[in-house]
Amino acid sequence: MYQYDAIDKEMLADRVAEFREQCERRLSGDLTEDQFKRLRLMNGLYLQLHAYMLRVAIPYGALSSAQLRKLAFIARTYDKGYGHFTTRTNLQLHWIKLKDAPDILEHLAEVGMHAIQTSGNDIRNITADPHAGATADEVDDPRIWVEAIRQWSTFHPEFSFLPRKFKIAVTASPADRAATKVYDIGLRLHRNDAGELGFEVLVGGGLGRTPYLGPVIRGHLPVRHLLSYLQAILRVYNRHGRRDNIWKARIKVLVASLGAEGFGREVEAEWESADNAQVDLPDLELARIRAAFTPRNFATLPATSAAFEAAKADPAFARFARHNVKPHKIPGYAIVDISLKKPGETPGDCSAEQMELLANLGERYSQDEIRVHYEQDLILPHVMLDDVPAVWKALGAEGLDTANRGLITDIIACPGLDYCALANARAIPIAQAIAKRFEDPALAERVGELGIKISGCINACGHHHIGAIGILGVDKKGEEFYQLTLGGSAEAEASLGQVLGPAVPANRVADAVDSMVEVYLRERQEGERFLDTYRRTGLAPFKEAVYAVAH
Amino acid sequence: MPSLIRWTGQRAEAAEDPFTAVVDEEPIPRGDVIVSLQRFHNEGHRLLAEGRKVGVRIEADEAVEDIAADLTRIAVVALVFPKFLTGQAYSSARVLRERYGYAGELRAVGDVLREQARFMVRCGFDTFAPIDGSSPENWSHVVGRFRHVYQRAADGREPAFEERRA
Repeated sequence: MYQYDAIDKEMLADRVAEFREQCERRLSGDLTEDQFKRLRLMNGLYLQLHAYMLRVAIPYGALSSAQLRKLAFIARTYDKGYGHFTTRTNLQLHWIKLKDAPDILEHLAEVGMHAIQTSGNDIRNITADPHAGATADEVDDPRIWVEAIRQWSTFHPEFSFLPRKFKIAVTASPADRAATKVYDIGLRLHRNDAGELGFEVLVGGGLGRTPYLGPVIRGHLPVRHLLSYLQAILRVYNRHGRRDNIWKARIKVLVASLGAEGFGREVEAEWESADNAQVDLPDLELARIRAAFTPRNFATLPATSAAFEAAKADPAFARFARHNVKPHKIPGYAIVDISLKKPGETPGDCSAEQMELLANLGERYSQDEIRVHYEQDLILPHVMLDDVPAVWKALGAEGLDTANRGLITDIIACPGLDYCALANARAIPIAQAIAKRFEDPALAERVGELGIKISGCINACGHHHIGAIGILGVDKKGEEFYQLTLGGSAEAEASLGQVLGPAVPANRVADAVDSMVEVYLRERQEGERFLDTYRRTGLAPFKEAVYAVAH
Repeated sequence: MPSLIRWTGQRAEAAEDPFTAVVDEEPIPRGDVIVSLQRFHNEGHRLLAEGRKVGVRIEADEAVEDIAADLTRIAVVALVFPKFLTGQAYSSARVLRERYGYAGELRAVGDVLREQARFMVRCGFDTFAPIDGSSPENWSHVVGRFRHVYQRAADGREPAFEERRA
C-alpha cells in the first residue's frame, strides 16, 4: 500500500495547522458561523441535525491496520463509540464537537489520513474497485492511478471552487465494482488491440435528482495522459458548467446539454491547446507510485485448501463461504467480504470494537490491509484459504460473520432523517424492517442476489437508482412516504431503476418488498437473479402485486 | 488612492492603485481606467490612443479568449469573483498566463477573501482587492502556509513529484 513520504506528511501537517487556526477564529467569535461554514466545508466538517459531522477520506477504500485502529480510537474518544462507512468509502463520525475537530485531524495525520476535500465543490475522495490488487480479472492495479489523481487533485488551485462537487471512480475490471457509470468521471482501464494500457473515459454519469449513466467521450486515452486529460475535462466544466441553479450544476447537466460528442469535442480542443507535458506525471513518479502497490509476501500454495473444505461441514461456515468468500488472483488465497448489515443493525455502522477486531485480523491474516466497499461493507483482501475458518470464527465474536453479501439483507442506506439535515425521510429503520423480514438466512439465500438501496432524499446518497429494488424517501405533507424503483444496477451492464408506481407509507415498505420477492420467486426461470427476471418480465407483475395488496 | 495587495513572488505588500474602475453607466474620467469588456471593445482603441493605461474587467461568465489579441496593450486584467464560491476566474487566470503568456497585472476583484489567496496566487493573480479587511501580512501568511504543492500551475512552484526527484 502507498505510504506517505515526508512531503505527503508535511502537506497534512500544514493542513491541520491551517484548520486549527480557522477553528480558533470561529471559537473566539472572530468568524461568524456563516463565514466559518465555507472554510469547514472545505474540510469535511458538516453541521447536521444534532452535532457536527466529520467525514474522513479513505482513498480507494484502502486502510492499514494502524489506520483502522486510529479510527476506532477516534470513534471511542471523540464520538459515541462508532462510525458510519458511506457509499463513497468514507467514514462519517456523527457526534463531533467543534473544539475537538483539530485534534481529530492531528490524530488522523499521524496515520496518513485526513478529511481533505470530503465536502465542498471540489474533487472529492476518489474511489476504486475494492478488490484491486486481489482480483484476477483486472488489467492493472487501479489504485496506482487513483493515488496519482489523489495527489494531483489535492488543493488543486484551479478546481477548488467548481460549480458543484466532483466525483471520480476508477476500475480495471470488466465487472466494474466501482460503479463508474454513475460518476462525474468514470475511468475504465483496459488494453487496446495493440495491447496498450488506456482509459475508457466516461463523463456525466450521476444519481441525484436527474440520474444519468455516463457516456463515453474517449474510447482509449493512453494512461500517461491521464492527468492532463482530467485537467481538460475539469477546465471545460469549471468554465461552462451552470452555477445559477444548484440542481443543474453537476457536470452531467452540461454533458447532457452539449451532448456527449459536443462535450467531448470541447474537451479535446482544450486538451490540445494546453501544455500537457507540464501536467502529466513523469515516468519516474508513476514508477514510484506503482512500486508502492507491488504485491508482497504471498506464499506459494496449492489452489485448494483441505482445512477450508473441511470447515464447510458446519453449514453456517458453508453459507459464509458461499456468499462472502471470493476468488483471489493468487492460488490458495481468498478475498473475504465482511458484512456490516447484520439484520437489525444500521447499514454501514461499525463500532470501535469491531474496527479493532478487523484491524487485528487484517494485520494477522490479510497483509495489513482492510478495504471499504461502496456497498458499505468491509473486506479482508488477502486471506489464505487455510485461515478463512479462523477468521470467520473470530468475526463472530463481534457479530461480523453475517453471511449475506449481495443478498436481500445486504441493504445500502444513507443516514437519512435520523442524522441528516437534507433528508425527507428516515432510511435506517426501513432497512432494518426489511432485513428483519428476511432475517432467516435460508430464506435470504433462497431469494439469492438482490440489491436493495435506500436514500432518504433525492440527493440519492443511498444510490437507490442503481438498486435492483430502490427505495427513495419523499415527504408528503409532512409524512414519510417511499417511492419504489425496480431494475437498477451499477454493474457492467448498468441500468437505472424504473418507478414502480405511487409512493407507499413507511409501514408498507417491507410488505411491498415481500410482495415483489414473491413475484420473483413465482416467475423466475432457471438461474435468473431478481434483476434478470425483472428485465424479462418488466414492471407489470411486480406493480400488480404491490398495489393489489395496497387496496 | 485606494490600496491593493500585491504579491511579489515572495511576499504580499501594500500597493497603490492608480486605476479607476469605471462602471458602464458612468462617463470615463481622466487617468488610468479599468473598463468592462464591452466598453473595451467599443472604446478601447480611443482610450489607448489618448496615451493612458487601460485595464479590462472580465466577468465570471465572459471569455478571456475575447481579449487575447489585445493582451500586449492591456495594462491590467481584472477578473471578477461575484461570490467566494464562484470559481471560473481561476481557470481564466491560468489560460491568460499559461496559454497566452500574459505577463501584465492580473487582479482579483469582487468577493475576494484571504482564504482564496493561495489558490489565486497559484493561478497567476498578482494583485488583490480583498473585501475582508485583510492585510498584506494576512496574505503572506495564507500564501506561505503550505510547504509543498502537488501540481504545476501558473506560479512556477516546483510540484512534489519534482521535489522527490531531487
